[in-house]
Amino acid sequence: MKPSAFDYERPADLDGLIALTRREDLFVKMLAGGQSLGPMLNLRLVQPDLLVDITAIPELKRVEETADAVILGACVTHADIEDGRVPDATGGALPRVACGIAYRAVRNRGTIGGSLVHADPAADWISCLAAIDAEAMILGPSGRRAIPIDEFMTGVFQVALEPGELVEAVRIPRLSLGARWGFHKISRKTGEMAQAIGAILHDPARDVLRAVIGATESVPIVFSGAAPLFSGSPGSGLAKAFDASAAVRALEDSGITDAVDRQLHLVALKRAIDQAARP
Amino acid sequence: MSNQGVGACALRKEDDRLLRGRGQFVADLRLAGMMDVAFVRSPLAHAKILGIEIPAEHRGGVFTSEDLTGVKPIRAVSGLPGFKVSVQPALAEGKIRHVGELVAMCVADTRAAAEDIAAAVRLDLKELPAVHDMLQGRAAGAPLLHEAWGDNIFLETNVEIDIAKALDAPIRVTREIRTARQCMAPLEGRGVVAHWDRRLEQLVIYSAAQMPHIVRTGLSECLGLDHGNIRVVSPDVGGGFGYKGILLPEEVALAWLAMRCGHPVRWIEDRREHLTAGANCREHHYVITGYAGRDGRLLGIDCEATVDSGAYSSYPFSACLEAAQVASILPGPYDFPAYRCRTYSVATNKCPILPYRGVARTGVCFALELVLDAIARETGLEPHEVRLRNLVRPEQMPFDNITKKHFDSGDYPEALRRAIAAIDLPAVRARQREGARDGRLIGVGTAVYCEQAAHGTSVYAGWGIPMVPGYEQATARLTPDGGLELRVGVHSHGQSMETTLAQVAHEILGIDFAKINVVHGDTAITPYSTGTWGSRSMVMAGGAVSRACREIARRAAEIGSWLLKTETEVVVRNGKVIGPSGSVTLEEVARIWYLHPQDLPADVNPGGLEATMGYKPARDSGTFSYAAHAAMVAVDPETGGVEILDYVIAEDGGKLVNPMVVDGQIYGGVAQGIGTALYEEMPFDSSGQPLASTLADYLLPGPTEVPAPRIIHMETLSPYTEFGVKGIGEGGAIAPPAAITNAINDALGALGPAEVLQSPATPRRILEAIAKARQRPPAGAAQGSAGERA
Repeated sequence: MKPSAFDYERPADLDGLIALTRREDLFVKMLAGGQSLGPMLNLRLVQPDLLVDITAIPELKRVEETADAVILGACVTHADIEDGRVPDATGGALPRVACGIAYRAVRNRGTIGGSLVHADPAADWISCLAAIDAEAMILGPSGRRAIPIDEFMTGVFQVALEPGELVEAVRIPRLSLGARWGFHKISRKTGEMAQAIGAILHDPARDVLRAVIGATESVPIVFSGAAPLFSGSPGSGLAKAFDASAAVRALEDSGITDAVDRQLHLVALKRAIDQAARP
Repeated sequence: MSNQGVGACALRKEDDRLLRGRGQFVADLRLAGMMDVAFVRSPLAHAKILGIEIPAEHRGGVFTSEDLTGVKPIRAVSGLPGFKVSVQPALAEGKIRHVGELVAMCVADTRAAAEDIAAAVRLDLKELPAVHDMLQGRAAGAPLLHEAWGDNIFLETNVEIDIAKALDAPIRVTREIRTARQCMAPLEGRGVVAHWDRRLEQLVIYSAAQMPHIVRTGLSECLGLDHGNIRVVSPDVGGGFGYKGILLPEEVALAWLAMRCGHPVRWIEDRREHLTAGANCREHHYVITGYAGRDGRLLGIDCEATVDSGAYSSYPFSACLEAAQVASILPGPYDFPAYRCRTYSVATNKCPILPYRGVARTGVCFALELVLDAIARETGLEPHEVRLRNLVRPEQMPFDNITKKHFDSGDYPEALRRAIAAIDLPAVRARQREGARDGRLIGVGTAVYCEQAAHGTSVYAGWGIPMVPGYEQATARLTPDGGLELRVGVHSHGQSMETTLAQVAHEILGIDFAKINVVHGDTAITPYSTGTWGSRSMVMAGGAVSRACREIARRAAEIGSWLLKTETEVVVRNGKVIGPSGSVTLEEVARIWYLHPQDLPADVNPGGLEATMGYKPARDSGTFSYAAHAAMVAVDPETGGVEILDYVIAEDGGKLVNPMVVDGQIYGGVAQGIGTALYEEMPFDSSGQPLASTLADYLLPGPTEVPAPRIIHMETLSPYTEFGVKGIGEGGAIAPPAAITNAINDALGALGPAEVLQSPATPRRILEAIAKARQRPPAGAAQGSAGERA
């Protein structure tokens, strides 16, 4: 299949971009890495009037380090993160997740911002960044704002962007030295979309214990205070203290009733926790 | 042996262009004025067409069945008694019988513009209840695809041999087994470029086809054109696997369009069309019972097999290609005394089921080998021990089995013993007892198959399909500069025949391999042939090339002995005619024949240095290559994930013309077999909608899922063929589903009587089998499963 006809623009700066995104007379789609949008165009699942390629805008590839965070421009690629071309404040979590996304060819072009905005429940970043409590930094007609990732995705392929808004960058909080994390993805084969994702971050110095059950039918299930997943004190050993019953309840509440699906989600979470607990 | 002749691991001649990206495939053709075609395809599985609404601005660029006057539908009739005929129009007439069926043809400057037009065409359809499953299609009261039939059965067959004697066997195991509908997924899909050559008054069709002469014959029938008015060119083709042996409605429609519109037209199949509208194969259902003694000796096999044939009978192999073969090939390489098999080819509202590497054998191997493992569990014997007690023995060769299949040669038990030794069964069993430290379960599985190849006239005449192979012909031509051109009607699209046929010619004439050119893929310049299918080309075209080269040698020898002024016998060897006291090169012989005929004897053979010769093996019932596969897997009981830890193949393909090429064929076949075993599945919903419309849903194994198989070669010559070669093209794809599933079931044995009986063995099916074995059926788990109806 070939896409239906569309116009194409590649603005060189943010002002030019904002001017284009304000066109209310047109159905405008933004193209970053194009690794999901490309096939969707070919399959005619989306038929925009105007495709705005945002990869020529320097601000969207910007990387900034602060005392408590690393800010990655939306057009930073998975491969940039995998290869360490951008700083890592997560003790290796982000590069590890990045290197498991799809195939290298996809990682060369696919971007962190594009993945978030596409909001495929089975994608890696949405679950990983929710566990790490990152924020989407948004630029729009009325200025800049930031939303936590676990509020950013609102449904399957749906995000909390207002008309004319775009994700400019992602703010990754700096983890403490003693922070432990785990990320486990179950997929049918290498490079395939996830069937289940489990993610956990335990950063006692910052009083953070977060867990995510991802690759569900909808938004990831985020335990922002994950203590209920553990019986007793998680400090005594996460793996031993894991108690599946709260996770089972959360899966049931999310409408995941299929026994096999439920089992895969629990296994993914348990294996992420085991990973975080490993010395 | 020279390093260029039969038996040499010569590097592939075709790789020079293919590896440099210089191949020329249908989609690479650029003809002046060429326009693109997109089809309006049916969105429904079963419907009446009430109307087709073409927007006024697109009239003239859209064609329906009403326009295709004089075009006959595709009819692929089998002569087997009781076969019911389907009529497949190029563009649907009145009724639609599967999702993706062609309804209208749209032409524009680009494919995108043609798709715009296709999207603007409105279909007024009245949906009918669909036959979405073969067993539903067999049931009384099912909706009818072809109303005049009165049921949905293309063909029913029945074989019964002394089954009553087996019924009171001490061991009887019955299993209900299914194989998923699959797609062949060659790297290149189908594609057609068609134009009318006004000078030659010839329809020229470029098609990604593995049987170009058969396409020509089929088009001649559908279009009412003489063969002389049709030329089919099959250029470089990126894998066929059976799918490209079929005359497509798209080919008929584009041929008609090219004749009408005065400019070249093109249709390139996209992956969605490939998956949902074209390339379906493999879907079988078995209820099979094995009868055995307590010693594991098979006493009989009783089977009812159903094949989901899809909506139409495809040209030239027909709708009973699979089911009609099942009954005769199910016994495989095993010797047992009683047999019954009833088969049904069922019409369903799905695309026609087409041949795919290993045609029917992958399914029967899966069914029989799973039952043999079940018998092994009943008897407490090692699975390979049960097989050793039942395999045909070398001293029985040549051997006619219970269905009168004639095995030419081989030592089947030895292949199995070598595979078992290579996988190191005792070590696997020890590892299994210890249990893997990571909680995964280890299992080992085996499967043995035989592959009947290059079966010819006597086999196909009885089947009575539109195509019966006869003598295979090849033309050999010594060129004026001493090179050799070989022209063959088979087509090479991954089989490496540009290399291996040159090796055969080199073996006989000794002409430098680099100067031997194999020409194929053009009906205008190659001898008529049924083409490349049934693992036949090395036996048939290889045999024909050797005969043609021997004739060239004979004629060159006549000229050579004149030039050498000798009356004694001369021989042709190493590119020379060698006499008692001197030699003359074939190059010199050719130079004189073409450029200095004044130097030739007066009574020279006027046929010159070009010869077309035909070949059939001494017996045309087919060669039997075979292999024993052994797989070691690790199964994750928490996720249902499977990793193949080791894979061994002990195979016997007779004389191997190029062992490296044979290894390549086996590797590729095993990769496809792993796809069948673990990943590939085209599911349908109850309205007949195909559910895997992209490669995100239709999973193919990639490099990380395919281990490096270890291959052990045996070379038992066929007594019937040139050099003793046997066809081996399909075998790699036959045994992996059986070997891997047996290995999975062996692993699951640690948890109780858990069995996966459906391919592919997905994580879900494995987890469900585990849950069943633990006697706690997971709530809601049955929903996603198409299997285990029993």
